[in-house]
Amino acid sequence: MSNSETKIEIKHLYKIFGDDPDTMLQKVRDGVTKDELNDQYNHVLGLSDINLKMPAKGIQVVMGLSGSGKSTLIRHINRLIEPTTGEVWIDGENVLEMNDKTLREFRRNRASMVFQKFALLPHRTVMENTIYGLEIQGMGEKEAEKQAAYWIDRVGLAGYEENYPGQLSGGMQQRVGLARALATDADILLMDEAFSALDPLIRTDMQNILLDLQQELHKTIVFITHDLEEALRIGDQIAILRDGEVIQQGTPQQIVLRPKDDYIADFTKDINRGRVIQLKTIMKAPNDKAGPELSGEMLVEDAAQLVTESPLSQARVTNDAGNVIGVVGINDLIRAMARPDIESRLEEL
Amino acid sequence: MDWLTEFPELGRRDMRDFRKGIDQGFKDFTRTYGEDIESFFEPLLQFLIWLEKLLLATPWPLFIAIVCVLAWFASRSLKIVIGSAISLFLIGFLGMWEDTMSTVSIIVVCTMLCIGLGLPIGILMSRSDRAQAIVTPILDVMQTIPSFVYLIPVVMLLGIGKVPGLIAVVIYAIPPMIRLTNLGIRLVDKEVLEAADAFGASPWQKLVQVQIPLALPNIFAGVNQTIMMSLAMVVIASMIGVTGLGQPVLKAISNQYLAMGLLNGLAIVALAIIFDRISQSYGKRLQSYRGGQGE
Repeated sequence: MSNSETKIEIKHLYKIFGDDPDTMLQKVRDGVTKDELNDQYNHVLGLSDINLKMPAKGIQVVMGLSGSGKSTLIRHINRLIEPTTGEVWIDGENVLEMNDKTLREFRRNRASMVFQKFALLPHRTVMENTIYGLEIQGMGEKEAEKQAAYWIDRVGLAGYEENYPGQLSGGMQQRVGLARALATDADILLMDEAFSALDPLIRTDMQNILLDLQQELHKTIVFITHDLEEALRIGDQIAILRDGEVIQQGTPQQIVLRPKDDYIADFTKDINRGRVIQLKTIMKAPNDKAGPELSGEMLVEDAAQLVTESPLSQARVTNDAGNVIGVVGINDLIRAMARPDIESRLEEL
Repeated sequence: MDWLTEFPELGRRDMRDFRKGIDQGFKDFTRTYGEDIESFFEPLLQFLIWLEKLLLATPWPLFIAIVCVLAWFASRSLKIVIGSAISLFLIGFLGMWEDTMSTVSIIVVCTMLCIGLGLPIGILMSRSDRAQAIVTPILDVMQTIPSFVYLIPVVMLLGIGKVPGLIAVVIYAIPPMIRLTNLGIRLVDKEVLEAADAFGASPWQKLVQVQIPLALPNIFAGVNQTIMMSLAMVVIASMIGVTGLGQPVLKAISNQYLAMGLLNGLAIVALAIIFDRISQSYGKRLQSYRGGQGE
């Protein structure tokens, strides 16, 4: 995905909360930090000089702990929050320069959103919630219901059309949220901690639904999360946010294998690396020994079982065209999965 | 040290001129605009008279049946339906049917007016903090000022009759409608509103599809309060010529007719309970979606 075209480009985006953001902006540019701004000037630095290119038809994850500004960032993409300064370019248009009418059209047709706390309309049934976006677009009721019924079915809620959100579990409510967002047929999907309020098992379920749908829909998805496992699992690109600044961006493998600083390294050390690293990243030059042929994009964890079962404990790695480009042995796989700090601990002993 | 014990009052003559000035000013205003204002309210009067005649012309079993059907659809409770039927029957049996119909007609018109005026004002208040800052003290005055005080200018302006009575009742009964509409809309979940924004809803779409529906339980509590307060005002309004159950009560006070006062008073209570139960249970049914297992 790294070389595909950019769909959303954020340039020099700043957001300062407080009475006089413009004066403070200059101070921030002159190097005043978030803490100083808070203590001395009583303003909150929400976002500081954000520059991000989000790939078209890919899943861009923005990860950060609470207070890092990730929810503020995603709300700038459809301008639910006005920036202090900056640009958000989508399909050659700057969202931050749109007038009210153009902005409404943009929100209706081109970017839909899924919320952490679902934000369903409690007085409407599942069906009525799902057609909400279409209703706003001005689509006729019959057609809207037909379209909505398809998406209700796709998220696995067929049979619940006449239920009210209050009668559904959290996971089911978020399926309604997802169906509502998908029904408008927007090609950008903004997901603000969409699965964070769900139980772990249901969260995995929802991630699978999203990934399955994405395989055929190829939407540009911006996904906010505070959970690194989730970020690595679903992200094509990940940006890590701290104190309103992007501190690293890259593919999941880049984040795990080359953490930019101790903060990120600390995050990534407890991660199951076998679920992130691909064979082509750790393979060695091809040899003439036999072994099953595995795709270079296969994850280490998935390959481990197959390689263990193969007689020579190795596998041949192929590229998209099916040519062998390298090999991995069982030892390579185990080393890739090991926690990075184990080596340093051995030295300490 | 006189100034410490004697309050620095306005001189007697100045005071008299001051009062006279206000009285004269209002009298002039009445002379100039009284007729215009009266003709402005003429359609309202005609409607009120028409409704009263209609109710009086309705055969009593039909009226009771209509109330029962309304009660059933609003509450789905047999207890409320039977209770309403029995109390209405007793009211008629004790000779108060005609007065009751007059009272019902003025309550209906007053409630319609309060909703028609109160809803938009409440919505306006909820959308603008400045509007709220202006309207709230006015509502405070309307709710605390003794009703007799505003009866004076109303009577000066429009004389004695149904319309001034109606206006007095509306002034007294409209504040809860406005307040609860405002409150209801302001209490709508911010996250749901954000979702509406995110899907590109226009302000009007947000109001009609999200804010008003979600505020309905509160708005309905306002309607209920409005009805209750206008019933409470019926006796005072009868002092300026509103017909209905209030007039016999007034007569009973001045002549010490205990039974007459008690019966008519109880009829007002019965009406209040019927209206209250019907509108309250309807308001509750509006929230049925909040039931279920919750989050």
